[in-house]
Amino acid sequence: MIPAKFEYVRAASAGEAVSALAQAGEDAKILAGGQSLMPLLRLRLAYPDALIDVGRIEALREIRDEGGALLIGAMATHHQVVRDPLVRAHAPLIAAATATVADPAIRHRGTFGGALAHADPAGDLPAVALALDAVLLARSPRGEREIPAADFFVDWMTSALDPDELLTGVRVPKLGPGWGVHYEKFHRTAQAWAIVGVACAVRRERGAVEDARVALTNMGPVPVRATAVERFIEGRTVSSSSLRAAGERAAEGTSPPTDLHGSAEYRAHLATVLTARALTAAAAV
Amino acid sequence: MPPIRVEIDGTAYEDDVEPRLLLVHYLRDRLGKVGTPIGCDTSNCGACTVLLDGLSAKSCAVLAVQADGRDVTTIEGLGVPGTGREHPMQRAFHEEHALQCGYCTPGMIMAAIDLLRENADPSADEIRQGLEGNLCRCTGYQNIVRAVRRASADMRQGAAQAQDAVQGRERGAAS
Repeated sequence: MIPAKFEYVRAASAGEAVSALAQAGEDAKILAGGQSLMPLLRLRLAYPDALIDVGRIEALREIRDEGGALLIGAMATHHQVVRDPLVRAHAPLIAAATATVADPAIRHRGTFGGALAHADPAGDLPAVALALDAVLLARSPRGEREIPAADFFVDWMTSALDPDELLTGVRVPKLGPGWGVHYEKFHRTAQAWAIVGVACAVRRERGAVEDARVALTNMGPVPVRATAVERFIEGRTVSSSSLRAAGERAAEGTSPPTDLHGSAEYRAHLATVLTARALTAAAAV
Repeated sequence: MPPIRVEIDGTAYEDDVEPRLLLVHYLRDRLGKVGTPIGCDTSNCGACTVLLDGLSAKSCAVLAVQADGRDVTTIEGLGVPGTGREHPMQRAFHEEHALQCGYCTPGMIMAAIDLLRENADPSADEIRQGLEGNLCRCTGYQNIVRAVRRASADMRQGAAQAQDAVQGRERGAAS
């Protein structure tokens, strides 16, 4: 199908994009890689008055070492993120999860920031950002602000970004030595969204779990931290039975959807199985 | 309407396009390059895959204005089958019978070429992974995997021969 008419603005810089967004009003959308937006436009599930294309702003693609954290430009493509030596060294969970996003052609164009701003609870990267306590950087005519991932995902496909705010980058605290990570996802085909996904990072010390971060994809209208799992496993000796017992707490406090791919009960069960698998892989048992 | 300038299969085109025009519609309806088909129209099937600045892209998920200043290669830019001037991937698809109805073939070939750019000698498993964004409802993929293996061997051999020829010339020049 053919998208509805819209005005097209190509921004040469983040500043230009912010002014264009402010001028265009509430019914404007940012066009990043377009890999989620374009199907919505074609199916006319979205019909913005204006698209502000930020695809030519090279400065927003940069991935930078800030000492204790990485700053990943919002327009870094999935293809770029998966191969980036800084991401692989300091945020391997992002590299692992991004490698499972859609398919190679979509990863060439889709962007890290776009996937987060889209705020699809079935998308892989929101749960990863949440698990890693990432901080999202937003810019508007009022200035810049930092939004912790825990506050960024507000509701189904709804982020904390104001209509005139542009996501410019994401600050991801580095994982130090001793961390193991894994992203486990269950989906039907490459392009299908995760029925359930589990993003997991575990730090081991002398055979016990010192620190655990677990977040779930598609177990509610927003990505959720599996806090019951984290609390249970922290301080315990790593064994297949302790990790399995931790996994069994994965669905606590979640409100998974029922849709044609599975019922809420099925998802709740799947979350426990996949969490145990993710913990086992991350703790390298 | 915004003006665009885009290089497609070695030819430069300048046009004014409506912002909502998809790249695949620009290729087919404006330029008559119907070698790139539209399959699902929801970016699932990969039939409309082209190379955009050398990387595979689904041309139904790209606006023509986004291709402004870029380089596009479609199946029509690869070579003409049956003339001896076909791309090794086209020849391998033909020889291994990697198609039945042929609808997915242009996208499948473009995605396969993209895969070999990243991995010159992929295993059968890596080929299945690399082509996961392209659907074929006829072949069961068996012969597609065989064709990509064959093209990969042919292209590596072709590259080795080209290198030998260059080294031979260099030796000739040095003596």
